[in-house]
Amino acid sequence: MVQKLETLIESASQTAGPYVHIGLMPTYAGNAGYYDEEIGTTPFLDESKAKGEIVEIVGSVFDGTGWAMRDALIESWQCDAGGVFPGDKGADPAFTGHCRFAADAESGEFTLRTVKPGSYKGRGGVESAPHISLWVVARGINIGLNTRIYFEDEDNANDPLLNRIEQRPRVNTLIAKKTGDGKYRFDIRLQGEGETVFLDI
Amino acid sequence: MPLKGEFYQRDREWHPKAYTHDYKTSVARSPRQSLISLENTVSEITGPRFGHGDIDPGDNDLIYNYAQSGESAIGERIILHGRVLDENARPVPNTLVEIWQANAGGRYRHKKDTYLAPIDPNFGGCGRTITDENGYYFFRTVKPGAYPWRNWVNSWRPAHIHVSIFGTAFAQRLITQCYFEGDPLIPHCPILKTVPMQEGIEQLTAALDLNATIPLDTIAYKFDIVLRGRRSTLFENRLEGN
Repeated sequence: MVQKLETLIESASQTAGPYVHIGLMPTYAGNAGYYDEEIGTTPFLDESKAKGEIVEIVGSVFDGTGWAMRDALIESWQCDAGGVFPGDKGADPAFTGHCRFAADAESGEFTLRTVKPGSYKGRGGVESAPHISLWVVARGINIGLNTRIYFEDEDNANDPLLNRIEQRPRVNTLIAKKTGDGKYRFDIRLQGEGETVFLDI
Repeated sequence: MPLKGEFYQRDREWHPKAYTHDYKTSVARSPRQSLISLENTVSEITGPRFGHGDIDPGDNDLIYNYAQSGESAIGERIILHGRVLDENARPVPNTLVEIWQANAGGRYRHKKDTYLAPIDPNFGGCGRTITDENGYYFFRTVKPGAYPWRNWVNSWRPAHIHVSIFGTAFAQRLITQCYFEGDPLIPHCPILKTVPMQEGIEQLTAALDLNATIPLDTIAYKFDIVLRGRRSTLFENRLEGN
């Protein structure tokens, strides 16, 4: 026997289940008015004062059969237009950086309206290309899936994560396609052809 | 000020795998490629913060937070309480804990739930609170009922409460489920059995906590939640090749 480490282990994840919206997005579940204010309905505290370009990202989460899931719920986290994370010194006071959004129960499409993030310098002074972190949960997803949205009209050439991906065509799964002024398309494929790159963070 | 530390890696042998064939819905909803391992960047070691201004004081009382004036939810009255800790066994204070659950008959208040058990007009089924300086939280609610679901022809979920926790960083974001000591359905549940190790299942099973009960009023269960631990940066990481 050796000494015991005084450490714990993270509680095991369990699926968010089909009724996740009751807890996290009551209005979506048909229970509008349950809370005076729901968490994360928008990443803006005041959209009119937020710095940077407002963007709308539309997409679907497809399962391995190509079906757009109607019950996926996503959370996003990102820095502001200046590359500063909310809560850190100098961050945009009109922006929280966090949003909750869900696939529409009829169409399976989600929309994220936010500011386009700036870039920031990370480990070793290497600059990350602008990106939004995502966490995807749903019935059938046993542990939340982490991924990122990058933008096709930004310089992604030196991003340390994208450069890590050996199979170059898979990089495209992380890049939102521009569909109009301030509008992007970003689909998430859980499995099969074009499977999105998911991260162990 | 110490550097903001990175997190210990997730133990992927402790957590459920993405693909668990006996939980049928996971089959088409699980990635086939390996996850790309990414050492924490600022995007992962920061995260949204919430305060008491974001919630109402009564949000943690599910017996009354949806009830008509003078009425209350039907069912076995319980207190669910415990602490949010990290893997260093330190409390996680000021973090948002959200729960949702079926009513005492096993029916969710959700437009997609069509189980024949009735809706309780005085029960909404969700609550939220913020941990105190010791990482402690509590809810008052009714014990949820077991309910059937379509996996095998005859599958029943054990009584459970869904729990969502933020922690201090996006890397700690976690959703899990709280089960109850002594539930005979626990060993039969394909969702619970996605947790590979028996100790992992026990960690998700709340203990009857007689000392915390309120005599003649409410029974109590204790449910501690553990989030990923953060490294103390005694020495900076040396980058390979630097």
